[in-house]
Amino acid sequence: MLKILKYSFYDLMRSRWSYVYFLFYLALGFVLLFLNNDLSKAVITLMNVIIVLVPLISTIFGVMYFYNSREFTELLLAQPLKRTSIFLGQYFGVASSLTLSLILGLGIPFVLYGLFRSEAIWDFSLLLITGAFLTLIFTVLAFIIALANENRIKGFGYAVLLWLFLAVIYDGLFLLSLILFEEYPLDNYSLVAITLNPIDLSRTLILLKLDISALLGYTGAVFKSYFGTRMGLFISIGMLLLWTILPIWRLAYMSKRKDF
Amino acid sequence: MIEVDNLHKKFGKNQVLSQLDLRIEAGGIFAVLGPNGSGKTTLIKSILGMVVPNKGSISVLGKSIRNNWKYRQEIDYLPQIANFPGNLKVKELIRMIKDLRQKASNEHELIRLFMLEPFLDKKLGTLSGGTKQKVNIVLTFMFDSPLIILDEPTTGLDPASLIKLKELLLKEKNNGKTILITTHIMQFVEEMADGIVYLLEGKIYFKGTIKELMAKTEQNDFEHAIAAISTYTTDA
Repeated sequence: MLKILKYSFYDLMRSRWSYVYFLFYLALGFVLLFLNNDLSKAVITLMNVIIVLVPLISTIFGVMYFYNSREFTELLLAQPLKRTSIFLGQYFGVASSLTLSLILGLGIPFVLYGLFRSEAIWDFSLLLITGAFLTLIFTVLAFIIALANENRIKGFGYAVLLWLFLAVIYDGLFLLSLILFEEYPLDNYSLVAITLNPIDLSRTLILLKLDISALLGYTGAVFKSYFGTRMGLFISIGMLLLWTILPIWRLAYMSKRKDF
Repeated sequence: MIEVDNLHKKFGKNQVLSQLDLRIEAGGIFAVLGPNGSGKTTLIKSILGMVVPNKGSISVLGKSIRNNWKYRQEIDYLPQIANFPGNLKVKELIRMIKDLRQKASNEHELIRLFMLEPFLDKKLGTLSGGTKQKVNIVLTFMFDSPLIILDEPTTGLDPASLIKLKELLLKEKNNGKTILITTHIMQFVEEMADGIVYLLEGKIYFKGTIKELMAKTEQNDFEHAIAAISTYTTDA
């Protein structure tokens, strides 16, 4: 698996898109710091961008890479290699190169600005960890969609729909349901609803750490009062892990049964 | 060498292979023939483990291939359409496959034979169909494995390269290897194959030598014998 990972990773390191992604984050980091002139404020703005953009880019990139490397995959399938190592190797190759672009792209401007001498370092690290989780989660979801759909257009469509649903529609539906059922106790319901969406989960996780009650919103407040800050952090990270591991397991399972 | 028992494969509603039994003994060149869509490639891909059968069992070199991948170390496979990652150089692709297989290889000799030296630093995406097929052949023959499977090896080759391919095949056969070929070029089969396997509608319709086929169909010409076989009612 490590060999496949290595080749996929090198392949991506040579592709233009990794650099575009890296330069984008680099520019974003510098611009935010320039505009805010304050590390912790920049972290908050960054969170809003990361939470929407990282899933979008991971999904599109994951689907695109999978379809583009179909020939490579077929070549590998005839070699003495385990199927799960072929697919997981490619997946981790994509996910790690995306994560690297994110961490370097944002890390460099913040470090230059004096991150290590600032108190925001833990908030910033958590932001990057969450970004890494979102990359892992949405890349594996993209791989699953691409593996299930031979038709590229369909695969792309489903992947974008998935992102749209989790990033935008889900919140709308959630809000609507809160208004509709406002006469009932909704604490447990909203807790469950938050954990079922990795994007909401990440947002809550970061806001809990930043401890900004004004931005927490209703669900965040429920989350906090229910679990407390420490327990809340712990549970949301656990849920993010679950969100990563279960789809990866599913991808491995599907890859064993697919015909080429 | 290869044993296939009661193999079934369906793609959606399309039954491609049904109740297929096949035994290929070690040593010699065997041609897998049949009209388009008769399941030749599916059979080959099943043996390679790229297609997962619905029913039945396959064993290669005495070992079942189910949930097994190490047996592919003993197979050299030439895929039908040479689709390679386009942004890799020929040299890099060869190095990568060598790295993945960790086996002794004689690619230099083959590169010289097919005169591929000028292309080594070119990207695969820029190569012509015939050159890609030559790279494909180099990748297949550079390892020393007892079983060689070729899916339409003659596609896109010029006459000179075709002669080299035939020589290569004869050399490997004399080294005691088992070679499985699918092709639509009957002249190639007549010249090279020791035995033929004729697939029709997902079943083995005929298995034997070319002489046996001609005797059975009462034809003097191999091409006509092949054409006649699908209309010939058999009690075998």
